[in-house]
Amino acid sequence: MSTLMNGAKMLLECLAREGVDCFFGYPGGVTLPLYDAIYDHHIRHVLVRHEENACFAAEGYARVTGKVGVCCATSGPGATNLVTGLVDAMMDSIPIVALTGQVTSKLIGSDAFQEADTFGITRSCTKHNYLVKKLEDLPQVVHEAFYIAASGRPGPVLVDIPKDVFQAQGHYTPVTSIHLPGYKVFTEGHTGQIRRAAQMMWEAERPFVYAGGGIVAANASAELREMVELLDVPAVLTLMGLGALPSTHPNFVSMTGMHGGYAANMGMTHCDVLIALGVRFDDRVTGRLAAFAPHAKVIHVDIDPAEIGKNRAADVPIVGDVKRVLGRLNTVLAETRPERKERLAAARRSWWSQIRAWKAEHPLVPVTSDSEIKPQHLMMEIDRLSAGEAIVCSDVGQHQMWAAQLIRFNGPRLWINSGGLGAMGFGLPSAIGAQFARPDKLVFALVGDGGFQMSIPELSTIVGHGLPIKIVVMNNGYLGMVRQWQELFFNNRLSSVELDSFPDAEKLAGAYGFKGRTIDKPWELASALEEAVREPGPYLLNVKVTPFENVYPMVPAGAAINEMVLAPPQPVAVPK
Amino acid sequence: MLQIISLLVENKPGALMRITGLLSQRGYNIESLTVARTLDPQLSRMTIVVDVDSTLRQQVIKQMNKLVNVLQAVDLTESPAVRREMVLVRVRTAQETRTAVLKEAEIFSARVVDSSTEGFALEATGDPEKLDEFIDVMQSYGEIEITRSGVVAVSLESKKLKLQPPVLTEAR
Repeated sequence: MSTLMNGAKMLLECLAREGVDCFFGYPGGVTLPLYDAIYDHHIRHVLVRHEENACFAAEGYARVTGKVGVCCATSGPGATNLVTGLVDAMMDSIPIVALTGQVTSKLIGSDAFQEADTFGITRSCTKHNYLVKKLEDLPQVVHEAFYIAASGRPGPVLVDIPKDVFQAQGHYTPVTSIHLPGYKVFTEGHTGQIRRAAQMMWEAERPFVYAGGGIVAANASAELREMVELLDVPAVLTLMGLGALPSTHPNFVSMTGMHGGYAANMGMTHCDVLIALGVRFDDRVTGRLAAFAPHAKVIHVDIDPAEIGKNRAADVPIVGDVKRVLGRLNTVLAETRPERKERLAAARRSWWSQIRAWKAEHPLVPVTSDSEIKPQHLMMEIDRLSAGEAIVCSDVGQHQMWAAQLIRFNGPRLWINSGGLGAMGFGLPSAIGAQFARPDKLVFALVGDGGFQMSIPELSTIVGHGLPIKIVVMNNGYLGMVRQWQELFFNNRLSSVELDSFPDAEKLAGAYGFKGRTIDKPWELASALEEAVREPGPYLLNVKVTPFENVYPMVPAGAAINEMVLAPPQPVAVPK
Repeated sequence: MLQIISLLVENKPGALMRITGLLSQRGYNIESLTVARTLDPQLSRMTIVVDVDSTLRQQVIKQMNKLVNVLQAVDLTESPAVRREMVLVRVRTAQETRTAVLKEAEIFSARVVDSSTEGFALEATGDPEKLDEFIDVMQSYGEIEITRSGVVAVSLESKKLKLQPPVLTEAR
């Protein structure tokens, strides 16, 4: 493969070699050579309407497939528009390669037209980044970028390419090795630690599994399930881990954290051995750290050594790929099952009945009404239609929490949301990436009226490609989650949270050339959703729900996770 | 409290920025920073003194080790190590105190690198505490101007350098 070609064509050849079949982007001045090469190349480029959405779409693609998502922007404003998406990928550990154009090398640093210090700006929101100075470096850089993005703890890598490098001519020789002496990836867990963990798990009287995004990243659902069943231990999943265990699995208690279930948070607080797998003890999950799992010895498995001991000291730390570690752990567990089964069985039974008692005390009961659509009712209906199989791409806010609480998933990579960063405007573009990745799947873009209005430009992308995405707007007329906090903690002084002037959904969709509808009656809900799902193309369903509904349970900021607010407080008068 | 970190990093553009960026994004103040090539021209050794809470020191080292350009990051705060620094001091002297200043310089094994009617420029090396004393003493003789180099350190323990070997990757 040694034909003479320019850097732009070479880049595309590198992408093809990495297995990229589609990427999301927006052209510009310095990337003109690249887009000229795209014109007759087999790799598919999807034109979005805002670069931020290119990154979100690449994330949707990556989150659903596990492959590296690719996005592309021009220099200056194009690159800076990617930043939110890069921070999002960094926070949720999503493998992304972002390609940005840069002004011609000799103009760098001269405040040229559309110049920005992309390399400097993206330093903190990428796992690593590159500025390609010579064409000869390009194949090695691209190969390394994909390797770094996908290996160890996945994350975004940015490659900044000046215009003259795109235009330079050279021979492409594929790269077959990576030499990064400082980039260490720890996959195998320590054998001794694994044995210690197994022993601790068997001897525990109140063991508890706390699993999250790391299980999804490692594709370790089968190993997790095997372990949970071997040990017959209750398990909770974080917002990022939903679906890692099927939601209907008998050992799955519920989501844990700020808006997790009562039994889940009580279980975390009272367990004596906490088995933390692919999680990072995030503040949304732990609440006040000093009061988190106070009686528990912690077994912490994670591929990133910096996460272990960061927020909570681990009694048995295991650095490694959770899939490999669990595989070996399961073998040891099976080999070392204790003989005296009765003592073990009694302790487990007692723990399980405690968990069940907590579940019965404060169940997550979806609320419905005869006269208005309750947000929880909407989630139940989506759950019914999905039957655990649909891909649900959520935006950020109250709807995201209710969806996480009430929509069930049979497996991982179906629940797609911005967890760590909580970036509004994520839902719709991520659904675009998800639908391109899985054209066979039913994809919901579940958004609030706030987040939806941040992504309206991408309706054009959806229609242009005929993506049959079912856009469901949970419309309460407010920036719901902020309004909830203002109600609970700021004396109900609602400041800048009223989202008035929402467009007519039928007219908006119609303006873009597809079907839209608004409903506000509970008896319309099921049929409207079914109509949306039946529609062969995209559909915009604007669901007007009860405005002043709050997400419960809620762990207030600074509280311990067993100090949940479970029900609405006494109504506070809205000051005039 | 002050943490002293010794890093072996790839001699590549942006490596320094990444390391200092990691510290500044967490709000840690960098007291001093030195960096220069090692025997291998592709590698540099960096010595950083940073003001960070003692409970967070281990986390800082771990975060630095995560960086692709960093081959090794070691905390030398409490390990056996030799710490050295250099200072250039310009001191204004009166005619009467010239000899006294030279005598003090001799005590600290400092060299005179410039002499004029206004005063002297002196060069001293030693561990940071010795230099602090030297500066104090010089200050008592008149107006001074100092330029410190920052600490360089070498560990006295033999720490095995674990580097990632090349990885063979296949075409898809």
